[in-house]
Formats: sequence, structure tokens, C-alpha cells
Amino acid sequence: MEVLFAVLIGCFFGAAIYLMLSKHTVRILLGVALLGNGVNLLLFTTGRLVREVPPIIPAGLDTLAPGTANPLPQALILTAIVISFSFFAFLLVLTYRAYQELGTDDSDDMRLAEPRDEPLPPMGY
Amino acid sequence: MNTLILRTVAPGLTALMLLFSIFVLLRGHNEPGGGFIGGLIAASALAIYGIAFGVGAVRRAMRFHPMTIAGAGLFMSTISGLVSILFGVPFMTGLWIYPSFLGAEVPLSTVMSFDLGVYLVVLGSIVSIALALEQDSEPEEQAVAPLPSPAELRPEVKKRRDPRRRAKESR
Amino acid sequence: MATAQSVPVDLSAALVLSPPPLGDWLVVAPVVLMIGLGALLMMVRKSVRLHGAIAVAGLAALVVVDAALLWRVSTHGPVTMVMGRWLPPFGIAFTADILGSVMALVSAIVGLAAGFFGLRDIDAAGRRYGFFPFLMLLMAGVSGAFLTGDIFNLYVWFEVLLISSFGLLILGSEPEQIEGAMKYALLNLIGTTLFLIAVGYLYAIFGTLNMADLVGRATLMSERAPLTTLTALFILAFAMKAAAFPVNFWLPASYHTPRIVVSALFGGLLTKVGIYSLLRVAIMLLPVEREQLSIAIAVSAVLTMMVGALGALAQSDTRRLVGYVVIAGIGNMMAGIAIGTPAAVSGAVLYAVHSMVTMTALYLVVGEAARLGGSWSLATLGGLYRRSPWFASASFLLMLAAAGLPPMSGLWPKVALLKAAIDIGAWWLAGAILGSAFILTLALARVLLLAYWRPRPQTRIDAPTAVVAPAADWRIILPLGGLTVLTLGFGLFPEPLLQLAQAAAEGLANPQAYIHSVFPGGAAP
Repeated sequence: MEVLFAVLIGCFFGAAIYLMLSKHTVRILLGVALLGNGVNLLLFTTGRLVREVPPIIPAGLDTLAPGTANPLPQALILTAIVISFSFFAFLLVLTYRAYQELGTDDSDDMRLAEPRDEPLPPMGY
Repeated sequence: MNTLILRTVAPGLTALMLLFSIFVLLRGHNEPGGGFIGGLIAASALAIYGIAFGVGAVRRAMRFHPMTIAGAGLFMSTISGLVSILFGVPFMTGLWIYPSFLGAEVPLSTVMSFDLGVYLVVLGSIVSIALALEQDSEPEEQAVAPLPSPAELRPEVKKRRDPRRRAKESR
Repeated sequence: MATAQSVPVDLSAALVLSPPPLGDWLVVAPVVLMIGLGALLMMVRKSVRLHGAIAVAGLAALVVVDAALLWRVSTHGPVTMVMGRWLPPFGIAFTADILGSVMALVSAIVGLAAGFFGLRDIDAAGRRYGFFPFLMLLMAGVSGAFLTGDIFNLYVWFEVLLISSFGLLILGSEPEQIEGAMKYALLNLIGTTLFLIAVGYLYAIFGTLNMADLVGRATLMSERAPLTTLTALFILAFAMKAAAFPVNFWLPASYHTPRIVVSALFGGLLTKVGIYSLLRVAIMLLPVEREQLSIAIAVSAVLTMMVGALGALAQSDTRRLVGYVVIAGIGNMMAGIAIGTPAAVSGAVLYAVHSMVTMTALYLVVGEAARLGGSWSLATLGGLYRRSPWFASASFLLMLAAAGLPPMSGLWPKVALLKAAIDIGAWWLAGAILGSAFILTLALARVLLLAYWRPRPQTRIDAPTAVVAPAADWRIILPLGGLTVLTLGFGLFPEPLLQLAQAAAEGLANPQAYIHSVFPGGAAP
């Protein structure tokens, strides 16, 4: 099962990197979102894959029953999902604004802050 | 997305979703649910309202600015964590009181007020992002009038296409 | 769950039973203070007049709290507070050692200076947009990153400071800013995602995320091969945050676009958070793997120094020039991490402290020069010495500091790093440190020559802004003068800071006190 998940995570990463290599900001954004999902799967897999037994100690016992799910990766994933979700929302707004302001989504054309023909400093006076 | 059906259904749907979001928030202590998901449901309720009636209507309905709500939530969560300094336990320890109202015992805790803070933070920040996205794509008149006539909707179409045209020109 | 008696399990072994001493609250106080104030400022967003006063008072309180924390840590040893009564490694721990508290204190001082400068630099529109709330949340993120004792929590603070830095970066919403923010946001997001991947693998290998617990388990580990990959991943992620050579291109693309006070904050604080995390992970958690990767880190350090210095030499825009000076400094700190001996690490800590203060001050100098001279370009600036000799002298001192020349603070960390490099026989590293400092001296001397010494160029058309520039008031003199005095003080009386840096390096190399503070009753089960 872990092997299957490793392959799946690899597919996620591959697709994400392919998208991020594009020069269109929307595709890069989609790539980042996909990467975030891949990482969440990775975190999930690192906590060992087990059957769906909730990690709650039954009444009368002091320890968890064997085979329960690991709650910690789930907490980590939840945090990571929250964060990547808010980042994605922010980046969506930013990309949209960039498209409106700069009139392009091609990262090669985004040279307003770093002009191509920037002069060298004067050699003397 | 400005159909008669949506505009008729939206107020009821928004109210229902807001109610459900509070149910999810309170359920969250012992069962699936909680402040984050509750806040998301509430934010999507307001987003539906915004789709139907425009950004201005949502802003009026909320009374406070979304970021003010988020700030209040953050402040509430911080204070909930800080209460434990008075009881000699570490930061963010859950503290419970059990007052009874009309004979029914109501457990209240700093855990719950923390979660309520999370609810408000999520509600405020997601609504402000959603409104920012929606505001850009609609003309000012629609943001003011809750029920625009079809004639007023035409400029919206034009304005939406505008950036693309600008992009083409720059290329 | 109405009554407490229905809890079936005895959890007393996993709970904090004795009340924590009030002094322990100092560990969480900086973060709580900043988040609380940030939330308060968000709530009173209508009355922007209050913002400045509340924020500056809060930042001054932050300096006091951090100073108290440093005092407590240096007298009582590392301080720990766990969240929600759960004992580590179950509860999230905040642990402050000398390194963390020194960095937190210096960042608070830098934040205070930026707060003062912001009173002048940020107009009502910027305040309404939320400069001061974002500043508070940024400081919360920075303080949290320096004081946390849990590696996933470190990731969370990274994100907190990242999201508030996005807000600060697009303050004003000009096209250049949105473009810069786009590049900054995407690359930094990828960097933190790499960090998250590394945290996932770390958890898979060790089954814990508490740093003190990790140190104990890492030394017991016999199978080291996965750890090397893991360390490489951590180093890549933090190098991206710190803007080290192969992954530094986001910094010159974005740091010159926002308001100058925001650039000053970023240049002073954000890259140093990356360096701090690198010190924490590479020196304290995984020292054996850092040893194996030291050549790679050293090569990256040399290239970072050279790229920074040469980039500074080629810039005409003063803000971008300072951005490259920041990068050159990062190279020096990376060199300290690559060498890895306690002397070198203390040199890197010293350099980080110096760089936080000097780089913030240098950005403020550039901003003030642009206000007086009406331009960011070296081609059109001029005559600043004649306009304001005091400002010119302060700038001169700060440029000496940035170049690493006596009598300023830049000298001592460079000396420490040079000595450490020569001690292990890495002459090429020592040569790179000297060479980069030499080129930086040239670049900064040219700024001095062109912008300050040269008479004002006559063929100017955009003169009106310069002519009407009002005289500097206390909101500019106080932060600039304060930071200059601070760097001069470090330079003339380096002894206390040297001792602190040595103690910090010692604490990283032998983290017994750190572990004892988290697990008072011995190591975790």
C-alpha cells in the first residue's frame, strides 16, 4: 500500500513540477496547488497507513487498541491544508491583480521591476 | 449568475447555512466539525449572498468590515489562551466552567471560545478575499443596488473582457 | 462530558502538574503580545490615528520582554513552556535558549526602529490598508520562529511571517509591487513546501517533531543514509528562505519594490530567520550530516558572497544595491555554517546580529537619501553631504559597517569567520570572505562618492520633489541614529556580544541544557 502511495505522490510531484516549469503564472499557481496536495499525501503516508480505526482510547483501557490510525499526521495535514488553502486564495487574487495591472500572465514579460536595459552606475564624474 | 431563482433562494439559503455553520462550530468539540470548517461554511453562505446581490449588499449585511471580524476573532483566541495564566497552568490549557441555565448544565470552556475565535478569523479573512475577487469583476453600480436591471448588467460583460483586450494590445 | 469524573484514563503522567513559574511565561509573551496587538489594530482599523502610537508602544514593550527573556535565559539557562498542559513531546513546546533569545531581542529592536520610521514613511492610505497590523503579525511570526521548540511549529511561524510579508509587500498596489510580490510569493511558497516535505520525512524517520527529542533520537540513530538526504532537503529549503546562491533570485526581484521601511524590515529580518533555522537544524539537530555536506554548503556560501558583491557593484538603483549587500552577508553566515566549529558558528551568529541591524539601517539610509535627493538612481543622486552632513556621517558609518571595516560592528564577525576558516585550513573560504568584503567596499564607496560627495548634477528635470523635501524630524533621526549608535557600540565594545554569541554556539554544539529544559526528568521515553 505504501508503495502505491509513493507512486501516486511521485505522479503528483511530477505533474506539479511540470506545471511550475511553465511561464504562465496561472499554470505555476496550479502547480503549486498540486504540489501542496502531493505534500499532504506524503505527510499522510509518513504516519504509516493503517485501517480506519479512530485513535480514541476505549472505555476501561489505558492505551490505544492496536491498529488505530496515527492522529498526528492528520493534525499536520489539517494545518498544512489550512495554510495552503489561504495561500492559494491569496495567490489567486494576486495573479488576477497582476493580470489586470500588467496585462500579461507571461512571467517572461514581467520585467517592470527588473527592466532589461537597466543602466550601469556611472563610472565617474 | 444573476437569475431570479438564485436571488429568490439566496437569502433563505444564506440564513440556513449560517445556522448550520454555528451548529458545526459547536458540534466540533467532541465530534467532527469545529471553528475552521464552520467559518468556511459561513463564508460560503455570504459568498452566495454576494453572488446574488452584489458585494455592497454583503458589506451592508455584515455591518462590520470582514477584517475587523477577523481581528476580533484573533484577539478572542489569544485571550482564551492567556486566561490560563490566572490559574497557574501553562499557556492554552483548556479551562472549564459548568454554570446551569434554567436547570440545564451548560459546559463552557476556553477551548470553545478559542474555537469561536478561529471561526471568526476564518469567516473574516475568507469573506474579505471572496469580496475582493468579486468586487473586481462587477461594476460599481451593481455593488450599490441590490437588484440591478438587465440594462445595468451589460457594462459588466464589457468590463470583464477589458483586461484581456489590454493584454492583447500590449502583445 | 459534563463532569470531570467520567475521564477513564489516568493522564497525570502526561500532564504538567506543578504551576509553571511566572518567568516561564516570558517565552510565549513576545508572540502573544504581537498577535494580540495585531488583532487589536485590525479591530480598530477605522481609527488609523491610533495605529502608530499603539504599534510603537507595543514594539517597545516587545523589546523589554525580549530583554527580560534574554536576561532570564542567560542567568537560569534555557526556558521552556508547553502548550495546553501536555508534557513534551506530546505538547508543543516553546523553548528559548541564548541563540533564540538574542535573535528575538535584536529583531524586536529592528522592528521598533522600523515602527518609528513607518510613522513617517507610511501615509494614511497605507495605514488604512493595514501596515501596522501586518507589522505586528510579521513580528509575531519572527519571534515565534526564534522561540519555538517544535519543528512543525517552526513551519507554522514561517507561514505566519510569509503571509504578513505578502501583505506588506503589496502595500500601495503599484504594478511593480504586484510583480515583485508575484515572484516573491511563488518562490517562497515553494521553499516552505520543501520545508514541509522535509518535516514529513523527519517525522517518518523519528516519529517526533520536538527538537529536544529529535536531538536525543538522532544521536542514537545507526542508519544515517536517509538522514543525509533529509539534511540536504532542509538545507535547500532554508537556503531558499535565506536567499543563498542557487536560489536567491527572488530577493533582488522583489525587495526593492515595496515601501522603503518594508524593504528595511525584510532585509533585516526575513533572510535571518532562514539562517537561524539552518543553524538550529544543521548545527544542533543533524551535525553529522552537516559535516558530510559541508563542501556543498561552502561552495554555495562562496558563490553567494561573490554574487552578492558583484551584483552590488553592478547596480545603479540604490535599493537593489542594498539587496545584493544583504545577499553577500548571507554568504558569510553560510560560510560559518559550512565550517561548523563552535568558533565559526559564533561568528555566524555574530554576523546575523550585525546584519539584522546594519541592513535595516542601510535600507533606511537609502530611503532617506532618496527623500533628500529625489531619486533612487546613482546617476542622478548627488550633493547629499552638502544637504545634510549629519545624515552623511551616519551613512558613512553604516557603510563601513556593511563593508566590514573598523570601527563598526561588521569587523568582528568577519574576523571570527576568517580565523575559523584559516584554523581548519580552508584558505579559499577565507579568501572569498576577504574578496567579497573588498568588492563590497568598492561598491559602497562608489555610493558615497556619487551620492554624497559629488556636487548635485545640474541636468536634472525631476528636481521639484527634492527641493521641497522637508527637514528630517525625530521619526527619522531616532531610528537611524539609534541603529547607527548600536552598530558603533557593537564595533567599539564587542565583548558582551561576543560572549553571548559564544554561549549561543556552545548551546548549539552541546544542547544538554536545552534538552534538560524540555525534559527536566531525563530524556523522553
